[in-house]
Amino acid sequence: MITSAIIPRPLARLPWRLIFLITGIAMFGLIVLYSAAGGSIHPWAIKQAIVFLVFLAIAVSMSWMKESTIKSIAFPLYGMTLFMLIGVEALGFVSKGAQRWLELGPIKLQPSEFMKPAIVLTLARFYELVPPAEIRRWRAIWPAAALLGVPAVLILVQPDLGTCIMVGLCGVTVMFLAGLPWWVFAGPAAAVSVAAPVVFGMMHGYQKKRISVFLDPESDPLGAGYHIAQSKIAIGSGGIWGKGFLHGSQSHLDYLPERHTDFVFATMAEEWGLVGGVILILAFAAVISWGLRVSQNARTRFAQLAAAGLSATIFFYVAINLMMVMGLAPVVGVPLPLVSFGGSAVMTVMLCLGLLMALERQQRTVSRLA
Amino acid sequence: MKHMRITTAHQSITFSRRIMLLGGAQAAVGGLLVGRMGWLAIAQNEKYQLLSESNRVQLIPVPPRRGWIIDRNGKPIAINKASFRVDLIPQQIVNASQIIAELQQLLSLLPDDVERITRELAASRGFQPVSVADNIPYEQYAAITVRLPELPGVAASRGFTRSYPAGSAVGQLVGYVGPASAIEYEKENKNPLLLIPGVKIGKEGLEKTLESSLRGEPGGQRVEVTAKGKLVKELDPKPDVSGQTVQLTIDADLHEYAARRIGDQSCSIVVLDVTNGDILAMPSMPSFDPNNFSDGISRNEWKMLSEDDHLPLVDKALESLYPSGSTIKPSMAMALLNAGIDRKERVNCTGSYPLGNHVFHCDKHHGPVDMTRAIEQSCDIYFYEMCRRVGAEKLAPMVRSMGFGEKFDLPFDNQRYGTIPDPEWMERKYHRQWQTYDTINMSIGQGQVLINPIQLATMASRLATGRRVLPRLLKSKPVLPQTPLAVDQDHIDFIRLAMAGVVDHGTAASAKLPLPGIQMAGKTGTAQTHNLSASERGNYTAANWKLRDHSLFMAFVPFDNPKYAAGAIVEHGGFGASVAAPLVRDTLTFLYDRPKAIAALQTFEQGLGGTLDERLARKTAAWRQANGLPPLPSAKT
Repeated sequence: MITSAIIPRPLARLPWRLIFLITGIAMFGLIVLYSAAGGSIHPWAIKQAIVFLVFLAIAVSMSWMKESTIKSIAFPLYGMTLFMLIGVEALGFVSKGAQRWLELGPIKLQPSEFMKPAIVLTLARFYELVPPAEIRRWRAIWPAAALLGVPAVLILVQPDLGTCIMVGLCGVTVMFLAGLPWWVFAGPAAAVSVAAPVVFGMMHGYQKKRISVFLDPESDPLGAGYHIAQSKIAIGSGGIWGKGFLHGSQSHLDYLPERHTDFVFATMAEEWGLVGGVILILAFAAVISWGLRVSQNARTRFAQLAAAGLSATIFFYVAINLMMVMGLAPVVGVPLPLVSFGGSAVMTVMLCLGLLMALERQQRTVSRLA
Repeated sequence: MKHMRITTAHQSITFSRRIMLLGGAQAAVGGLLVGRMGWLAIAQNEKYQLLSESNRVQLIPVPPRRGWIIDRNGKPIAINKASFRVDLIPQQIVNASQIIAELQQLLSLLPDDVERITRELAASRGFQPVSVADNIPYEQYAAITVRLPELPGVAASRGFTRSYPAGSAVGQLVGYVGPASAIEYEKENKNPLLLIPGVKIGKEGLEKTLESSLRGEPGGQRVEVTAKGKLVKELDPKPDVSGQTVQLTIDADLHEYAARRIGDQSCSIVVLDVTNGDILAMPSMPSFDPNNFSDGISRNEWKMLSEDDHLPLVDKALESLYPSGSTIKPSMAMALLNAGIDRKERVNCTGSYPLGNHVFHCDKHHGPVDMTRAIEQSCDIYFYEMCRRVGAEKLAPMVRSMGFGEKFDLPFDNQRYGTIPDPEWMERKYHRQWQTYDTINMSIGQGQVLINPIQLATMASRLATGRRVLPRLLKSKPVLPQTPLAVDQDHIDFIRLAMAGVVDHGTAASAKLPLPGIQMAGKTGTAQTHNLSASERGNYTAANWKLRDHSLFMAFVPFDNPKYAAGAIVEHGGFGASVAAPLVRDTLTFLYDRPKAIAALQTFEQGLGGTLDERLARKTAAWRQANGLPPLPSAKT
């Protein structure tokens, strides 16, 4: 908040620190995209800048939404998104091909992107409605599991493993914070760790190979491990200070695949080094911890759960993408929000941030009235 | 599950606790990511920088030129000739038989070549080029170049071929070069240089043993390329480093002269400079033409060479072992003198020497002989008697110190050291006691005694100087100091005179140097290859070539102030005096009076029916006819 006589009150009451932070991250992203295009604002940086500004404006205007409004749209939004997911599935079935988006005039709409905030809001709303005494009962678990499971499966069969994992993790995070008993999480985790070796043994040769390539990408540097191997070369060769702006040979000579989208972090790290990487990670950490503080300061259970879930969404984006490019996770196609080129991720993250800003404004208003 | 009433307050506490946990977990993941990035960018920075650099910069290799081999006067022995060549890249071939047929027509390939190409194509490893033709004329190169689009898998290029001006005269000395085999490629850690068409590595002889000096460093055009292979920019080229020129102690003219003078014999002669051990010549004949080998030889060519009973594929100077025959006698004499035998003491030669129930023979009845006469006339009975008196224990060390049984520091991997037996060796090798007849056999260089020509030449130079002369082939190697041998100067003077007597009026009297004022000292040897009956002795024409005695001769010149020494062994040549001695005489004459020696050679070659190349061509034609093969066209270069 900035208090000044010159700046009008509504502007002054915006969360400027957060806006500066995300604008800073996005600016850095634009610089990286400018370099990835060989020192040109075309074709990526300029588009990305416009998309960012549009969604920033949307997010800022969303910050005036009332918590009650958000609450009331939670279920309808979920229902609509689920309906669109089924629609995409049906369309894919009709056109006999994989489809992830609906074309509405000039806009391509990926319903699975909306599902990330939608599942968070829906589960938050659901657990707000569950009386505290019921939280350890089955009826507090199975509806949530169904709300989460149905869209997750729909996204998985698209197939979009990355988004499916994201949606699943976001939902599970809300359920965890809602206070479900430990065994709900520990049980499946234990089951997975026991089953994994058995499943691995039952897998086909090529499936086993994919997993072993993930575990050791250098074993197949020209095949399936190529992305990870080249990404690690880009990051590792950048060193502490990087090779310098516009001097990343891995990205400029095409060795790094997806250098403007999923592997944009490697493009950045090659030119800006460990320093650039740490600054970017700290900036994201600041954004996420801002979101968690909103959750901690929330007065209502819905706001608590929603704010935590929305920050977790941003966290999972960043964490999965970075683990992927550094060879700690398999390549599942999760972009780095605000930095990777592409409107969908910017949209989702800005929706989350818009909702967070709304919840934060609510707190201030409420606290002032109280 | 415990049934307790959970209130809003409880829920709030749970939430705070769990959100702390979540925040902590997220911070931990953040820490992990920073740590991972630090590990990649700091700890493994060097490794990844290398990988990034090897991505960025590609090298279009330019093979280095192979170093020359030159003789002591700088005359080339192995050089590189600019040439045009055609190769097949097996991976890119669509229809092998059709391509080969077209190439056969375009390049007028011989059936032998086609057979070799087909064979090598079948054995190749896909990426490894198979040489179709090397050294083709420009017209053919141009004809192939314009048709390249229709000939997938065919590569025409300009390069260098190895050329040996002296041809087969230096075959055994230099060996040959050829494309690397799959095994050699693996052995060199898949050195990409070996895959470039036209790159050849040493396969035998000096070309192989001096490979590291001769090869050089490949250079290349360094280019920055994209992942798809598109050239972005050219960086500064890395110059190739030609292989080093290797200078030998060989005198190429002398070497070639000696090779030609050998004629059709199966023989090797070694000439040394006794002052420093320089090997001036060491031809082994007959030999193969390394020029043909470097192109890859056909199976017929190989068959002809390997079937030849004159063993053209064996370096007889180092690899073959022969009984020394009487050439051992001067060294025996030195041992006898050291053991206190009076050189004036006479032994009566009656032509036979009974020992137990066996009678040893001499080829003449020499009558009473002293040491001088025993050497000049090569009397066996004298050495039987005297050596028996002294015993093998005192003989073998002297013979060994003169160079027999010794392996020299020479750049060859096929050198053998032979055998000089003694009681201890007999026990080890045959598990039996040394007998007097073993001493008798050894005294005239028979029995278990086995030597090669380089040892024979070394013995001649050591007898001449009384010093431990060590043969040297590479000019770059330092001349080792020659340590004195355990012999008196008086004994050396005596042996020089006696060996001069061999040539002046002894067994090699027919091999006097035709040079006024320069007298050669020598010793003949005739080594039995099987037990000839007394009646067979001397009647060589009757015996099959394979059963004839080996003819040996060693010499040094001038006898009173030795400068050069030589040793020659002619396989199944008969009497040492009749074949080996004239060969050594003419070869040493060449060192002093070239015109005279060349005149002698011309007469000699006329008697044989032509020069080396002419005779080889005739021999090949005869062999092909005998084996039902069509004659080679004379146009083949």
